[in-house]
Amino acid sequence: MKLKTFLMAVAFSVSVLGAGQASARDYISIVGSSTVYPFATVVAEKFGRSTAYSTPKIESTGSGGGMKLFCGGIGPQHPDISNASRRMKKSEQERCAKNGVRDIVEVKVGYDGIAIANSKRGPSFELSLKDVFLALAKQIPGPDGKLIDNPHQSWKDVNSSLPDSRIEVLGPPPTSGTRDAFVELAMEGGAKRFADLKALRSARGEDEVKGLMAKLGIPMSAYNKKGKKVFQAVAHAIREDGAYVEVGENDNLIVQKLGDNPDALGVFGFSFLDQNADKVQGSRIDGVDITFESIAKGDYPVSRPLYFYVKKAHVGTIPGIEGYLKEFSSAKAWGDEGYLADKGMIPMPVNEREAFGSDIQNLRSMSQL
Amino acid sequence: MWCVNIVSSMSDLEHTGQRAINTVYAGLGRRYAAERRFRLYGMLAVLSGLAFLVVMFTSIISNGYSAFRQHYVQLTVEYDESRVDRNEPAASDFEGIVKSSMREMFPWMSGRSDKRKLYGLVSGDAAYAIRDRVGDNPSLIGSREALWVLLDDDADMFFKGYVTPVRRQLMSSGITLALEGEKAVLTGDEAAFEVIVTAVRDHLQAQLAVARKEFEDMGRLLEETEAGGDRDEVVRFKAKLESLRMQISGLQARISSTSLNEELGSGMPSFLINLDGVYIRINAITATGVSGVVFAEDVTGLPTIFDQWQLVTLEMPPADRRLSDKEIVVLLALQDRGQVESRFNSVFFTAGDSREPEQSGILGALKGSMYMLIVTLLLSFPIGVAAAVYLEEFAPQNQWTDFIEVNINNLAAVPSIVFGLLGLAVFINFFGLPRSAPLVGGLALTLMTLPTIIISGRAALKSIPPSIREAALGIGASRVQTVFYHVLPLALPGMLTGTIIGMAQALGESAPLLMIGMVAFVVDVPQGFTDPATVLPVQIYLWADSPERAFVERTSAAIMVLLGFLITMNALAVVLRKRFERRW
Repeated sequence: MKLKTFLMAVAFSVSVLGAGQASARDYISIVGSSTVYPFATVVAEKFGRSTAYSTPKIESTGSGGGMKLFCGGIGPQHPDISNASRRMKKSEQERCAKNGVRDIVEVKVGYDGIAIANSKRGPSFELSLKDVFLALAKQIPGPDGKLIDNPHQSWKDVNSSLPDSRIEVLGPPPTSGTRDAFVELAMEGGAKRFADLKALRSARGEDEVKGLMAKLGIPMSAYNKKGKKVFQAVAHAIREDGAYVEVGENDNLIVQKLGDNPDALGVFGFSFLDQNADKVQGSRIDGVDITFESIAKGDYPVSRPLYFYVKKAHVGTIPGIEGYLKEFSSAKAWGDEGYLADKGMIPMPVNEREAFGSDIQNLRSMSQL
Repeated sequence: MWCVNIVSSMSDLEHTGQRAINTVYAGLGRRYAAERRFRLYGMLAVLSGLAFLVVMFTSIISNGYSAFRQHYVQLTVEYDESRVDRNEPAASDFEGIVKSSMREMFPWMSGRSDKRKLYGLVSGDAAYAIRDRVGDNPSLIGSREALWVLLDDDADMFFKGYVTPVRRQLMSSGITLALEGEKAVLTGDEAAFEVIVTAVRDHLQAQLAVARKEFEDMGRLLEETEAGGDRDEVVRFKAKLESLRMQISGLQARISSTSLNEELGSGMPSFLINLDGVYIRINAITATGVSGVVFAEDVTGLPTIFDQWQLVTLEMPPADRRLSDKEIVVLLALQDRGQVESRFNSVFFTAGDSREPEQSGILGALKGSMYMLIVTLLLSFPIGVAAAVYLEEFAPQNQWTDFIEVNINNLAAVPSIVFGLLGLAVFINFFGLPRSAPLVGGLALTLMTLPTIIISGRAALKSIPPSIREAALGIGASRVQTVFYHVLPLALPGMLTGTIIGMAQALGESAPLLMIGMVAFVVDVPQGFTDPATVLPVQIYLWADSPERAFVERTSAAIMVLLGFLITMNALAVVLRKRFERRW
């Protein structure tokens, strides 16, 4: 008997809870990149504490996953803002448009540097992007110019001025935005130092691309009419013979493992280097030390812009979005000495800040990509 | 046991002949050894299991115990009318109040970057604490009071000893102080600065070792190049070798010299001299004493001769730590004045998540876990018990029920992430329930715990002897009456045990929640079943992923809380079983 009433009570309460859901959301829902996450969360927290609005909810889904959710449609069940550690792709914008998300405000928030670092107990490294490519690419140009499987075992094989220790690099897996940026900036940058690969990158037209592919010994099955695609397939392929170890998305884990293993190098975001300056040291890349200043000036070669995207249709219906945007674009947040800089984000130059600040104020929609 | 039997049966064997018993004797030693080995393996297995458990607990507790304490700093807060608006106190510049209070205490931190460092030592929470204080007591406006506020996480880490080891030595050989503007020169006998002299010599020795190594490497390289015959390279290497030789002889001379005259390098520990609360950071050492910078505002009133003073050594070189010498001097000065206090970290148990470690707490995650478990319990217990009762007591034995039974057993073995995907597809995408809500999490976990409860429920019903049912039926009870009045009450303790273990499983689960958006940054403590929330295991994951050093101890502390809950729940299951279980 009691069981029956109990069951009915449960059924009733669940239906009531479900019905309560139809009403609008009263908090901002943010999804996206795990790189922007540590910065967006700080802004959200400050916004929540200093205003009467609820604190925004932020999910760390990765840039691609965030875009998928963001472009799902209009309405309270879809997120309002998507963070990204790269620009929105054309395909994503099209997907958005297909689901009715047409007006999107694009905001660049700052820059992030990617460190190639090792334990303080090990020697400090001075690398060029070419060294990085030669050490980590799956295939590199051999003595005859044709691509061969990467034979390098020691850093000394890559460049005689480097220490004679085994190549062992701990880095993020392909799902990570850090990895995307690493292959795009460091690996592509290194691959471009080879004349044939560089030519392939800008090659157009079947004859030119196929000619270069033959010269490099790339099988014709990889042919694409855009030489850039073929180039990227080569430059983005990281070796799988144990020299590059995927450690998962947790940058702290990489830092911890570097502490245990002075011979290994790690690839992770600048904010983690900043926080663990007592344990790990960043390598000089192309003669530039990884510092706050060198990234801000654009001298450090492995750095990338960070973005977020706002659904214009939600401004006004979901309370607090304007306030959140205002907080993010205030000088005390993204300014040169703002609290985001304290958390390791590299601020934009003043003119860029002003441009994006005015985009935010006028809620200017981004143009077709 | 069988060994004993063999021994006792040996007397029988004696009659049948010597040869059989000899075979037994010959094999006996080996059999005993095998048995001993087997027992040893068993013991080793148990011991290694225990050892792993001990290692895990020691590592978690040693990492996490310090998170239960938090350092506070005492500020003199001035509720100045020019800063606090009487009509609208919430809009006032409370950060300014905190800053001016710090500035007043340490006016010598005057440069732009120094001021930033100074303000950074107090948590951002201080401004909100003052806001709330004024909001509650508007009568305070115009007055001033001493208020304890949170220290920033880096400062807290310093007092917990994670930033640098600090050695304080009380020195009793007298020294004389002479001031030359900003610079302070301290003179004293050899014994006074012996520690610093030793450190400087050690540092020079280390440099010497590096230079010698480089010299040897260079020599080898030169030999190789000479053999190769590259003239330019040889000349270049020779020049380099010569400069290294100079460097080495220079270093040797500096180390052996009786009158040291050295600047303290950046790779060295920092030395601070505390003269009655005034700190001097040593920059250089000479034959007669040391010189350094005074970290204080007004030192004109200071005596010139000190019989007793304190040498503070910050073992970690400044480049390797997150706090500079100046920041540490500020913290030490605050501590000397008794304005720093270590308290029980109540914030940890009363706040939601935060990106500032000192303001972060587990209450949000704890409540999220609670709401989620309520949903899971309310759904999975009645459904699970009803299913178990029906299948065990009423369902006819046919292929259909067999099919269902096999599927329930299979369901128990499905990886939990699959339930997350199901939850995403059904509850969020189809029914349109909100993402990140404990309601959806509870629904997904209900699917996960149901098989556990059904299986344990059926086992509990099976263990009730048929005599109970037969007796009830015999005195005229219907089948429903038999089940609900006689069988179910007796089986309930067993079912509850299964339920509690299923709940404990659900409490520790994070994979299915990933898919339904409960892995999120949620600051506000959830107030209901549809508010966005996280749960304890997710909170642990999020903190473990945060760059700030202070989250390391909080991660371990949160693990301790979660383990505490799990152990309590499992203990409850054991107690229930012990108390109510009946054996027939």
